[in-house]
Amino acid sequence: MAIEYVLQMKNIRKEYSGNKVLKGVDLSVKPGEIHALIGENGAGKSTLMNVLFGMPVIHSTGGFTGEVYIDDKKVDIKSPFEAMKMGIGMVHQEFMLIPNFTITENIKLNREITKDNFVSRLSKNERLKTLNTRAMGEDARKALSRIGLGIDEWVMVAGLPVGYMQFIEIAREIDKTGLKLLVFDEPTAVLTESEADNLIAAMRRLAATGIAILFITHRLSEVLQAADNITVLRDGELAAARKKEDTNVIELAEIMVGRKIDITSKSEQTEGQGDKGVILEIKNLSVDMPGEKVNGVDLEIAKGEIFGIGGLAGQGKVGIANGIMGLYPSKGEVFFKGEKLNPNNTKDALNKGLAFVSEDRRGVGLLLDSSVELNIAVTTMKVKDKYLKRIGFFNQIDSKGIREHADKMIKKLDIRCMRPQQLTRQLSGGNQQKVCVARALTLDPEVLFVSEPTRGIDIGAKKLVLDLLVKLNKELGMTIIMTSSELVELRTICDRIAIISGGKVEGILKPSDSDRNFGLMMAGEYRKMQSKEAI
Amino acid sequence: MIEVIKKYLNMFGLPRLIITALFIGICITAIVIGLPVSLLASDVIRRFGMFGILALAMVPSIQSGTGPNFALPIGIICGLLGSLLTIEFGLTSPALGYGFISAVLISLPFAILSGWVYGILLNKIKGSEMLVATYTGFSIVSFMQIGWVTLPFTHPEMRWPIGQGLRVTVSLDSSFGEVLNRVWGFSISGVYIPTGLLLFFFGCCGLVWLFSRSKSGIEMNIAGANPKFAVASGINVDKNRVVGTILSTIIGAVGIIVYSLSFGYLQLYLAPLYMAFPAVAAVLIGGASTSKVKISHVLIGTFLFQGLLTVALPVANQMFPEGNLSEVLRMIVQNGIILYALTKMGGGV
Repeated sequence: MAIEYVLQMKNIRKEYSGNKVLKGVDLSVKPGEIHALIGENGAGKSTLMNVLFGMPVIHSTGGFTGEVYIDDKKVDIKSPFEAMKMGIGMVHQEFMLIPNFTITENIKLNREITKDNFVSRLSKNERLKTLNTRAMGEDARKALSRIGLGIDEWVMVAGLPVGYMQFIEIAREIDKTGLKLLVFDEPTAVLTESEADNLIAAMRRLAATGIAILFITHRLSEVLQAADNITVLRDGELAAARKKEDTNVIELAEIMVGRKIDITSKSEQTEGQGDKGVILEIKNLSVDMPGEKVNGVDLEIAKGEIFGIGGLAGQGKVGIANGIMGLYPSKGEVFFKGEKLNPNNTKDALNKGLAFVSEDRRGVGLLLDSSVELNIAVTTMKVKDKYLKRIGFFNQIDSKGIREHADKMIKKLDIRCMRPQQLTRQLSGGNQQKVCVARALTLDPEVLFVSEPTRGIDIGAKKLVLDLLVKLNKELGMTIIMTSSELVELRTICDRIAIISGGKVEGILKPSDSDRNFGLMMAGEYRKMQSKEAI
Repeated sequence: MIEVIKKYLNMFGLPRLIITALFIGICITAIVIGLPVSLLASDVIRRFGMFGILALAMVPSIQSGTGPNFALPIGIICGLLGSLLTIEFGLTSPALGYGFISAVLISLPFAILSGWVYGILLNKIKGSEMLVATYTGFSIVSFMQIGWVTLPFTHPEMRWPIGQGLRVTVSLDSSFGEVLNRVWGFSISGVYIPTGLLLFFFGCCGLVWLFSRSKSGIEMNIAGANPKFAVASGINVDKNRVVGTILSTIIGAVGIIVYSLSFGYLQLYLAPLYMAFPAVAAVLIGGASTSKVKISHVLIGTFLFQGLLTVALPVANQMFPEGNLSEVLRMIVQNGIILYALTKMGGGV
């Protein structure tokens, strides 16, 4: 009897402490097909995979509801090990290889073929057997050949090109007997275009041998190139399931982004913002921030606008603010009110009137074991020598001044704390974020960079933080540059939104622009489409 | 109920609780077995003042983020050098505090220079400061063994009568021995209070406290507490770590001068080798962690640790006449506390 589906997941629901991450997702994969799973960051792709692999993070947080079928039989996968036994393999995004082992050793890791030797026969202990290197080498060779990799199986992994490492991971998975389904988690993210093409060719070859492939990615053109069927997730829901023949990049982009909430934007009055002049000009900025590289960004930010920077994770949107503030080494020129900023000099940037609320709230943004009031005042004290009393050639902090200012800020931003001396560690995420904003405001900045202001805080607090930014912009005329992974947020409060892809500006959009354009830009397909249309 | 007890226990800190209990227990035993209380009390107070500044040297190094200064011997060597040079050049007039003030002044440039160099070293090995510090301390002590033998000191009080090099212990009787102890010193019912020594110690604590409330002090504290935050506020983390190391070395130098002064001798050669450990143990008992410390930790910790050792010695000798049990006890307490603190590192508050 032929099996219809190698994997079926039905009505999968999962919540993390009340936060619904998956809201009834279905997924069906046939044997020998390449199935693409796409969606924005946070759409629920990784959670769905965690469910499939029975990751401890799922079971330790209350499990999930829904049914999983493998080979049309209902299964209950409790651990990654069980998933492996059922024939599900995973190729990881970050390579899980041991650099100082050979390719064969990596492929056969923990599944080594052994043979008896004198000691193991005597002691009858399995663990004392000798490695059968010849058999291992043969197996490795077979697996490598299956994906068309001609490399010598005894080469050390260290020093191989990134593209090869991915192939070795694949070889390791297909070497496991009984593999039915192989999951690729954003396999092309770190590959060059030609390497990606090779990978897709290898995936085709594998699929032809009857192994089903589940392919998680952001790159829409690859999806159409490789996949037979496509499932799109959005906000933990099944947004669409399409056959390759029935869809195109534009439609997928539209489905992926969607419009999730009504935009009650502030931007009715924004027309004509431009005539107030440019306050910040960024020319050819490159920032060397690990995981968020920026390669040559040009932007002009008008005085008094809320400028959004969006894009998918890892594309470099976060790097821009960090680079301008001098937290990561950067190249290129930044002009603030026509004056050039010293590169890589945080103090200079702070002094000239820029302020930064970091995306890494607990790591960079706060002194967790210090009081709220000190957190608020300390940067201004350092940069502007405020809140200090001079006594001869010695100075002391002005506790009273700090307290007064902190009280004012606490009232103004509605920071919920018991008292100004409370440690920031004890505050909730939203209130911690407000402390960060208060610290930035204490500097009296003209331009405020805010990165991921709503990450990790609950929905109510999100709205408060966003409202606060709009209020600052309206009432104080402060220019705000907000970086966020959440497109909805950007489209709610920003005047203009730049989408970053591959470390460059893919395009600048208005919040009212179509989902299609946002989706295409996020996927880095917009320019390609434009140039095609031009032809 | 258990929750509440746990909360208070956490607040007070387990090591502090154990040591306090042990200290009280031993004090009661001392009284029960009839040891002279007034003599013990005098001793506890004297050793408290004597060791305090060495423990205080841990404050700037922990605050600047380099962890407890296990390389305290560097500062100690500087202090010893200052003292030796003072005696050599005979700068022991009463106006110079019988040599105390000149010893401090002479040791300063040594301490600043070596602290600066050592601070630069620490910036290159971020993450393993404590281990490197320990061995830097060991190395410098060993290196100075050669120094003590070969340096051209000529003063007869310091040289071996025959042969070459400096003596193992140099008496301070003719210079600044016990100078601070005697300033406004008085006895109450047999307990001698070395007012000058205590005042000097408290004065040093006050200075460090004032510094920690100044702009530079706060910057240093932030650089230590959260280097990433510091960078985002335009604070030069590496520079502040060097400043902290220099300060710690200076305080260490002053600390050993005060210690020797109260002890009556300069101890050369191997004596500085393990000096850092009691100082580290003291602040840790006082409630400090490897990343956070307050002046109160120094005061409480030094008192508990030195008090325990001072009282435990005669008590142990009385109870177990054979063998050197008190020394063993000291090692167990001291190293046990350091071990406990190191296991707590990085985890929790």
